[in-house]
Amino acid sequence: MSERNLGEVILAVDNISLSFGVMKVLDDISFDIRRGEIRSIIGPNGAGKSSMLNVINGFYHPQQGSITFKGETRKQMAPHRAASHGIARTFQNIALFKGMSTLDNIMTGRNLKMKTNLFWQALHIGPARAEELENREAAEKVIDFLDIQAIRKKPVGKLPYGLQKRVELGRALAAEPDLLLLDEPMAGMNSEEKEDMCRFILDVNSEFGTTIALIEHDMGVVMDLSDRVLVLDYGKQLADGEPDEVRANQAVIDAYLGVPHEEG
Amino acid sequence: MHPKEPETILDTFPRLLQSHVELRPEQDSMRVKDLGIWQSWTWAEAATEIRALACGLANLGLKRGEKMAIIGDNRPRLYWGMTAAQALGAIPVPLYQDAVADEMAYVLDNADVKIALVQNQEQVDKMFELRERCPKLEHIIFDEPRGLRFYDQEYLHDYKKIRQAGVEYDRDHPDFYDQEVAAGSGDDISIMLYTSGTTGKPKGVVLSNDNVIITARNGITREGLDSHEEVLAYLPMAWVGDNLFSYAQSYVAGFCVSCPEDATTVASDLREIGPTYYFAPPSIYERMLTQVMIRMEDAAKIKRNIFHYFMEHARKVGVKILNREPVSLKDSLLYKLGNILVYGPLKDVLGLRRTKLAYTAGEAIGPEIFDFYRSLGINIKQLYGQTECMVFICVQPDGEVFADTVGTPAIDVEIKIDDNGEIMYRSPGVFLSYYKNPESTASTKTEDGWVHTGDAGYIDDNNGHLKIIDRAKDVGKLNDGTLFAPKYIENKLKFFSFVKEAVLFGNQRDFSTAFINIDLDAVGNWAERRNLAYSGYIDLAGQSEIYELIQDCVNKVNQDLSQDSRLGNSQIRRFLILHKELDADDGELTRTSKVRRSFVGDRYNILVDALYSGQEECHVETQVTFEDGRTGNLAADVRISDAETYPVKTPSRDAA
Repeated sequence: MSERNLGEVILAVDNISLSFGVMKVLDDISFDIRRGEIRSIIGPNGAGKSSMLNVINGFYHPQQGSITFKGETRKQMAPHRAASHGIARTFQNIALFKGMSTLDNIMTGRNLKMKTNLFWQALHIGPARAEELENREAAEKVIDFLDIQAIRKKPVGKLPYGLQKRVELGRALAAEPDLLLLDEPMAGMNSEEKEDMCRFILDVNSEFGTTIALIEHDMGVVMDLSDRVLVLDYGKQLADGEPDEVRANQAVIDAYLGVPHEEG
Repeated sequence: MHPKEPETILDTFPRLLQSHVELRPEQDSMRVKDLGIWQSWTWAEAATEIRALACGLANLGLKRGEKMAIIGDNRPRLYWGMTAAQALGAIPVPLYQDAVADEMAYVLDNADVKIALVQNQEQVDKMFELRERCPKLEHIIFDEPRGLRFYDQEYLHDYKKIRQAGVEYDRDHPDFYDQEVAAGSGDDISIMLYTSGTTGKPKGVVLSNDNVIITARNGITREGLDSHEEVLAYLPMAWVGDNLFSYAQSYVAGFCVSCPEDATTVASDLREIGPTYYFAPPSIYERMLTQVMIRMEDAAKIKRNIFHYFMEHARKVGVKILNREPVSLKDSLLYKLGNILVYGPLKDVLGLRRTKLAYTAGEAIGPEIFDFYRSLGINIKQLYGQTECMVFICVQPDGEVFADTVGTPAIDVEIKIDDNGEIMYRSPGVFLSYYKNPESTASTKTEDGWVHTGDAGYIDDNNGHLKIIDRAKDVGKLNDGTLFAPKYIENKLKFFSFVKEAVLFGNQRDFSTAFINIDLDAVGNWAERRNLAYSGYIDLAGQSEIYELIQDCVNKVNQDLSQDSRLGNSQIRRFLILHKELDADDGELTRTSKVRRSFVGDRYNILVDALYSGQEECHVETQVTFEDGRTGNLAADVRISDAETYPVKTPSRDAA
């Protein structure tokens, strides 16, 4: 994968530190994500992976450091700005509207693309109608892409876990993001569901050219999918590089094999 | 039928197409659900597509007599590919889309296929895999470009590009298409269909335009179908039935064929289309019934009671009403009420509300299942057919529908039973030959056109209907000389919803034994109701409660058999529940889901031996093949159980 021609840096994180009270969650983390790549963040439980994603999409505000997204440098992101500037994400615990259908959930991903006001939308005439058609078509393309036609009208709360994860990916895709953040998309899946999900992640990346930042536990999956891997451990940056480099890194091996830390 | 249509010249598919363009240009010919919406093409639009594609194929080098493979789910462009090839005098060869590359390689090579028109990346990848073994395969055309953007092989083409090249070719050679269509005739080869091969390698059945079109027309005449029928094309395109019901009969009668959105959405698409003319193998009717029953068991008590009350009434008078036999006024009114409250909504859920005619064939259908649908007012009938004659041999006439016969000969079909009890027939649909296989052709088809079916059966004295017992070669004898008809007994077992598949052994043995596959849905639901925990098929299959459940089924079959003086001694003495579901990927079933009994017997010979040696349990290890062609190992301890047997009724005064 390393021979792939990756684009310019879309997101750069410089010297980010985040703490909750005395608890230091992220300690001086710096890395970048380049357009078109699949970038993974791995690490043991509590390493700060999800926190890192939350910093990127503006949910957490770091005390130090800066984030540069599409050339604009800020001390911190705001979630609405992240969304409107093309960052979409999925969550570690599924965060769908359980009572709504698959289609409606995916349509909510189009929310930011809707420009007409409530008045037109309520009457469902004129520009609102055209917009609805356009958005429905985009949502249907996502359904077709993820091969979930059979559950289009089913309430997502009744779907098996693996399918719910797929619907959540669909909602993120419907926003046509430049950068897609996936928080443990394969957690709790069986091996067949994992394989499907890997296929979809690779397909999203190659068909739409979407840049993907992925948090994952399963080392095998990460090493197969990723262009570059960032390893965190207890909020510290342990390693950063291509899968083969990372795999050979002694600090990573220690962290994963559980060598005792000095302080513990 | 439209008496004004000049039938004599409508002897090829492109000509039939042209006739619909003239008669009903604005009527829909084909539909497919795409992005959640039904897209349709009128006959005129379809003709434009086909003309462009045919010219594009000619531009690519496809010539008269050459073969084009068609591989994929039911898709309009694949059906158009058939007509486009036929317009050039080339021969379409549809293949089973879920076959693995190895199986396809044999057919592609045997059929001398030059171009393959395939649905998607999955099929393209298979073509790449087998290309080295099929040097005659020159071009691959794909319908859906998803996932193929980085494929740049010069022999791989996008359907849209071929079509566009065809439009340009047509412009430069405006007479070409019409001349090609004019050069075709009824004697030309229309299509080659590979039989799935219960034994040995698949054989290519060569059918002429006359074979296909005359048979299709006879079927339409007999059932009074017209251009307003609605049909859902959801069975494999490589199967003769799909070619008849979704292609040939649509071209003859001019009705519209709809393709489902996806293999997983067939049930909801069926409901949206509401076909008037429907075919399904017994297994699908069975599955639909099982699902209805499971849902009713989970419904509120009042709903369940209403359902059972009216279903009981339907069982009593529904079939009579369907057969237009007189019933009392009260029964008739109650049935009408039931229609509003239960039958109508139920048929709607099943997608069969508008169905005027439903066929089933391929396997015997359970009398209960059959009567369930008929009592709802759905005119479901059995037919008996073969690839070798474009389906129709026998069909049940309206009003003369019996669960255990397959009806009377179809129009222009003659049947006879030869000295060995084998059924033979002769009809205008009888195939020309097996492709490049004169020995098989000679052994199947006699000089004067009679075809050996390989099925054993007889004509029922009471009603003149044909009754089929088994494959002629499978009918054997127990050591005591009792007739052993395995399929007949297997079917009796399979009529229980808990039994998905059964395999009988007994030929040249002292008694009969059986392998059983349980139905995971039905048995799983039964187990849940009793709070029996299980992790999957293999776990459920080994539980003693399940053995008792299945033993009940076997006992009932034995009781039933004991009533028959000829077959009574072949009652099942011992049985086991197989540790894995029989699967076509492992070669245990054919692609049309028929059990390959001798293969199964060889593969599990250790279990067969255990059945006859009196063992209580047997350890077995099995290699299984996954969908992607990889293999794995499955080990299990299989229990063996005895069944009750009953004294055989002697053929005395009240022999039935």
